[in-house]
This record gives sequence, C-alpha cells and structure tokens, in this order.
Amino acid sequence: MEHLKEIINTLTNPKILFPSILFLYFFIFPPNDYLLKINKRLKLYNIWTKKGAVVLFSLLIGFFAFGLTDPNFQKIVAKPDNVPIVGLIFLVVFFLWLSMYQARENDQRIAQGKLPNEAEDAKEKILVWPDLVYIEFIALILCAALLLTWAMVLKAPLEEPANPSVSPNPSKAPWYFLGLQEMLVYFDPWLAGVLFPTVIMIGMMAIPFIDNNRKGCGYYTFEDRKMAVSIFMFLWLVLWIFLISTGTFLRGPNWNFFGPFEYWDIHKLEALTNINLSEYVYMIWLNRSLPSNILLREGVGFLLIALYFGLAPLVLSKTLFKNIYHRLGVLRYSVFTILLLLAVSLPIKMFLRWAFNIKYIVAIPEFFFNI
Amino acid sequence: MSDQSNKKSLIEKITQTQVWRAIFRTGIPRNRRQRMMVMLNGVFLHLHPVRLPKHAVKVKYTWCMGGLSFFVFLVLTVTGILLMFYYRPTVEYAYGDIIDMREQVPLGIMREVHRWGAHLMVITVWLHMFRVFMTGSYKPPREFNWAIGVVLLVLTMLLSFTGYLLPWDQLAIWAITVGSNMAGATPLVGTSGPGSALLAIGDVNFITSSSDARFAMLGGRFVGEGALLRFYVLHCIGLPFVIMIFMIVHFWRVRKDGGISGPT
Repeated sequence: MEHLKEIINTLTNPKILFPSILFLYFFIFPPNDYLLKINKRLKLYNIWTKKGAVVLFSLLIGFFAFGLTDPNFQKIVAKPDNVPIVGLIFLVVFFLWLSMYQARENDQRIAQGKLPNEAEDAKEKILVWPDLVYIEFIALILCAALLLTWAMVLKAPLEEPANPSVSPNPSKAPWYFLGLQEMLVYFDPWLAGVLFPTVIMIGMMAIPFIDNNRKGCGYYTFEDRKMAVSIFMFLWLVLWIFLISTGTFLRGPNWNFFGPFEYWDIHKLEALTNINLSEYVYMIWLNRSLPSNILLREGVGFLLIALYFGLAPLVLSKTLFKNIYHRLGVLRYSVFTILLLLAVSLPIKMFLRWAFNIKYIVAIPEFFFNI
Repeated sequence: MSDQSNKKSLIEKITQTQVWRAIFRTGIPRNRRQRMMVMLNGVFLHLHPVRLPKHAVKVKYTWCMGGLSFFVFLVLTVTGILLMFYYRPTVEYAYGDIIDMREQVPLGIMREVHRWGAHLMVITVWLHMFRVFMTGSYKPPREFNWAIGVVLLVLTMLLSFTGYLLPWDQLAIWAITVGSNMAGATPLVGTSGPGSALLAIGDVNFITSSSDARFAMLGGRFVGEGALLRFYVLHCIGLPFVIMIFMIVHFWRVRKDGGISGPT
C-alpha cells in the first residue's frame, strides 16, 4: 500500500505527469489522419464505448475510494471548498465520455453512408408543451434537490475573521482561477494574470470566426472536425481542468508541489536554481559578465520571441499546417497560429523550466518586463 | 364513479370562472391547438418555440446545462436577496452577520444554497459551453451568440469572484488579494506592470499604488473597507444588471438564429 502511494506521489509530479499527458493526448484525440490511424490501430477509440465507460469510471472511483483511506488525501479532497472540484472532475469525465460516445456512433454511421443519429431524430417534430416542458421541469427539480441536499450536508466554509497581517500559506485564488494561478509559476503576473486571460477571452470569441469547417454543426462528431475538437480538448481538459485540479489538490504551502498522499509540510524545501536566458548566454556560455545595455543583454531572448511568433507561423504554413493554411486563408491563419502559439507557450515554458531551469527568456526587471 | 364525475365538474367549474379564464387564456392544454396556444400566450413559455425537432429535446443532446445555468442563476438571485436582508457590507459587521446566519437562524441554509449554487453555476456554464462546442453549435449562423456566451461566462466568474470577498474571512480576503494583485501588474496602468514607469513627466509618476488599476478595483491600496463596499455593490447590483442584459440578448439570439442547433 505505502509503496503504491509512493509510486503515485512520484508519478503525479507535474514534471512526469504533464509530459506523459502531452504524449498520450495526441493519440487519444488525434488531430490528423495519421494519428487517427494509429489511434484506431491501438483501439483507443474504444474508450468511448459502454465498456470503456465502465473501465474509465472504475479507475476514477477506485482511485478516489483508495485515496480516501489515506489521511493526507482525505484532508484535502474532503475540504468543503474542494468538493465542487471533485464533482467537476467526475462531471467532466462523464460528459466527455457522453459526447465522444455519441461522436463515435455518428462517425461510424457516417462512414457507412448513413445520417447521424440527430438527423434521424430531427425528422420527427414534437410539441414543446408537454415534451420539452416536462423534461425541463424534471431537470429543475433534480437540480434543486441536489442543491438543497448539498447545502444541508455540507456547511459553507467560514474561516477565521479577516486579518490583513496574517496570510495563510498557501493563499489560493477561487478554484476557477487556479489555472491562472498555476501559470504564475511560469509567467509573471502581467502575463498570467492580465494578458493571458484577455487573450483567452478574445480567443474563445474568435473560435467561430476561425473555424470555417462547415461540417459537424448540430451533431456530435469527432472525425468530421478532428483538428478543432483536438485543439479545444487540449485547451479545455489539459490547460484548464487539469491545471485547476493540480492547483487545488497538489499545490501546498509556498506553492510547492505535493503528491496526493503527501503530507503538506510547510518546511518542504525546493531548491531555487532558476536562471535567466541572458545569464545562460553571457555568464555560462560566453563566460563574461552581463552587458549593461538592456537591449544587448536581452537580445537573444527578444530574437527567440520574434522567431517564435514571426517565423513559426511561416514554417508551419509550409509544413504541418499546409492544409489548414489553404483552408483558412492568410488572415484567419495568422490569428489562429498566433493564438495557438500563445497557448502552447505555457507547456513550452514549463518544459524549459523543468529541463533547463530557465526563469525568464527576456528579463527586464527594471521595467517589470519579464517573459 | 359518481365521485370522479363530481370532481371533474368541480375542476370544470373552477376553470370556467371569469377569474380563471382571465389568468389562463388557453385553459388546460389538452388538445394540439391548446398546446400550441399555451406556448404562444405566455411570456415565459414564449422563450421556447412551439414545435421542435425531436433531437433538440433529448437530454443526451442538450445535457440541459444552459437551462440549468439559468435556473441556478434564479436560485442565486432569490437566495441573494434573502441574504441581503441580514448582511451588512462593513468591516465591522460583515463577518458577524455571516456567523449570525449560521448560528441564529434555525435550519438556515440560505448561505449554503447561495455558495454551493455559485459553484454549481460556474460548473453548469462550463459544461454548457462544452456541449455547445462538441455539437459545433457555434458555427454560422450562431457565431455571435457564442461570443455573447463567452461574455456571460466571464460575468459568471466575476460574480462568483466578487461574492467570494463578502464573508470577510481569511479565505475571502486572501483569495481576493491574490486575484487583485494581478490587476496591479496590468501593463501601463498597474504599478508593478511593465511600462508603468513610462507614464511620467520628469520625476512625477502618474501610475502609483494609489492611482493604478488595482486601486480602482479595490478602492484602496489593500483589501479593506473600500474593497468590501465595491465588491458588494458590484455583486448585488452592478454585475447582475449587466449579466441580465447579456442573458436577454443570448436567449433572444438563440431563437433568432434558428433555435437550438441541429443537423441540416
């Protein structure tokens, strides 16, 4: 038992868990035909069957049931304010399965030249009174019952009265912002707290104007819009839900990382060995002191950023995104790649931090401008 | 037998009175025509069309999440109004009022319903957007309504965020401190944001800790009396007002863009 916990603690360390999720991700939600072929050969598409659901939920429930026998796990998961996130995990997995289950069915029907299930249903017209009104009525009662039960069983949390001179450790933002707070580990507040949220909002609003694939409207499907679903799932499941769960359950005092079965020790020390790219370049590679001119000092960083946003879209348009470039046209394609590159910059920065201890690519603390 | 016919006639008597017929124009919707009329005559039911393709009412297609988000919003409005009777947004009273709601009100669960409902609404809104994405419902002609939906999502989280401060406990002020520190890092208009030093004439900085974005948000240099009042007003009046306007547009557009999405 203890060994198993040790293993899980080690595996859930983001340095191991996050890259493994990234690696597995593209086989589970393949964005192109090539990966889809591998996905089907590995029979991964079968996760989205009823048998798959049994396996999926057995694993999930099994993990939580096993976890609740551990006092450290119990302390964090059963905290009243964390209960919604446990619920969220189950709900997201369930609805993910439900949508992919229907998508799988529809994809098979379409492959056989049939219409999707929704189109068969849509042939029949029904009256809203009573057929929809009673469904709404039942849903409403069930929801009210759930809310009332929840309110009676769990007291709303209330801690000590506010005291501006004693800060709790860790200080956490409300759970739905924990993805952003997790970003703070890798980016400065002006990026993680201001620029990225703004870009997320604008990017979400831009989705319908970027995705000009007319197929896949009004029915569940995966294969008719692989790329769109794959990217969306990545942002929603990995960069949002996964980071929120990490922030809630696995971030303890001093925002240090703790495994699910680890005791939240305030004195846990993590070596701070992060250094800036400019220090790498001048002090380690060139073996000299940092130049006093800021632009000269951060030149390499600026060059990398410029290449990332300037050259990467061009290269991608000739290689991996060739088809997308032709389908979207110049303007749509530019907006799409810039947004995508911004989103991918988070995993890239994570990787740079873990592999090379990079703190900032461009570091100008004089003007609070660090990237 | 006679009992049943008596009952029936009683119902008939009631439904034929002038008062009943003044309120319920269509009567009990028994036949097809009445079932259509009942949808057309009522202001609330009129949110819906009269007839729908069958896929559009199936729970496995809609997940009911949009409707439930609206329902939870209504629950939050009602419980919120009740809480406003007892809660005073001052540093002196806020925490004590919350304690009183727990200790002094027999079977008082309004704060619980309100708090858990707030969490639930964030979840239902997310799941609603997830469903809308998975069915490709944001595609033309519904692009603009998706954008409105994103605004509603942001407003939902802001409502939840402003409400988080009101209990005035440790959890509240420090969560808001973490959140509001971000505002101080806004480029150009936050003291600790990049470029704020550029907005200066000579030695005089325009952006200081008492004139930046964070100060505007908190009504002070730290989370205190000013912030509590600001968050209270935004939470109870400002943001609900804005979100209602966007909700009206959202529901209107659902109908005007051709109702719930479906295969063409």
